[in-house]
Amino acid sequence: MRLFFGSCFTLALAAAIGLGATWLTLTRGVAFGSLTIGAWTAWPRSGSVDIDPYARATIARTGELPIGAGDGVAFYAHTDDAGEAFDGRCTFVISGMTPAARYWTLTLYDPQGRLVANTLDRHGFTSAEIVRETDGRIVINVGPRARPGNWLPSGGIERFVLVWRLYDTPIGVAALTTKEGPMPAIARKGCS
Amino acid sequence: MMRFVLWMLGALLLGGIVHLSTVLAMPETATQDAYARLSRITPVNAVVQLDGPTAQKANMPFMDPAFAVAVCRYDLSAGALKLRTPLSQAYTSVTFYTRNSVAYYAINDRAAGRRAIELDLMTPEQHAQMPEEEDVTAADRLIIESPTKHGLILLRALAPEPGLMAMARRALAGAQCRSEPTPAQ
Repeated sequence: MRLFFGSCFTLALAAAIGLGATWLTLTRGVAFGSLTIGAWTAWPRSGSVDIDPYARATIARTGELPIGAGDGVAFYAHTDDAGEAFDGRCTFVISGMTPAARYWTLTLYDPQGRLVANTLDRHGFTSAEIVRETDGRIVINVGPRARPGNWLPSGGIERFVLVWRLYDTPIGVAALTTKEGPMPAIARKGCS
Repeated sequence: MMRFVLWMLGALLLGGIVHLSTVLAMPETATQDAYARLSRITPVNAVVQLDGPTAQKANMPFMDPAFAVAVCRYDLSAGALKLRTPLSQAYTSVTFYTRNSVAYYAINDRAAGRRAIELDLMTPEQHAQMPEEEDVTAADRLIIESPTKHGLILLRALAPEPGLMAMARRALAGAQCRSEPTPAQ
């Protein structure tokens, strides 16, 4: 009898541990070989055949197609440099020099990867359309209310994700180094 | 007490096995992966342009809205595939994915030729069966080996400004992918 209860308990616990760990790793987006610069993290290997099993499982579940390693690299940010989560009711300022790439795009998504509705129908910037400071730096305001300069509307949603995609770039292709950076800084500038 | 610890250890070990096997099985069992999503709207061995993502609707999560995207869903069982896409003015790339969304090859306009990206896609077996002379005369042809018979080719053209989206779409409208049935031997 004891053996029976023991095995039942063990099997139930094993299922809970195993499935729980799978669910956690796939929803949190665990993957190996990440490249972090400031608040930005990329997984260059996810765009090649060296993709690890966790990243493979994650993209199979979400249905996205990772950007190919010969095409470019995508950096994701969920927080600012201080670790504050992106809140659509706050204004965040992205500033600094942009890394070496032929083109880049910056896009704002909700955590599920959908674009966020706004009156301007603006979901991001490309390197060709951004307005730069006289010294070549970029300054982008991400927030719910209109701002002069480069304004990226966050639609006031609770959480958002920024994705910086570099196309035709040396970053992450040859080696996992942060020397080619730096990526622009992100700072929170008050909430409404 | 000792017995309880042993049961716990057993549970942990089994849990680890369950975890690893579910992670490894996920790509084979997922029903909403990119291939499944695109299967509903794309024919086999033909190029189809996708609608740009909007806040209401997108074919896949995390699509870059600055790009015009076309897809060729391929099936190599009848023979190799020929792919040709003209280049847009800004930036054009072609990425190859297996049935399970693994990007195994990508090329952009800079790495490609003058005015178009031209490729032959085939399985390693089909590549091995190619007559040798043909391999030599076709030295300037780019041959890609697909690890799987089925997969996706994503053709992407950048619109550097929203007003240039029509230009990017026009460039992709000239793209072709077609199957070249292997002659019976």
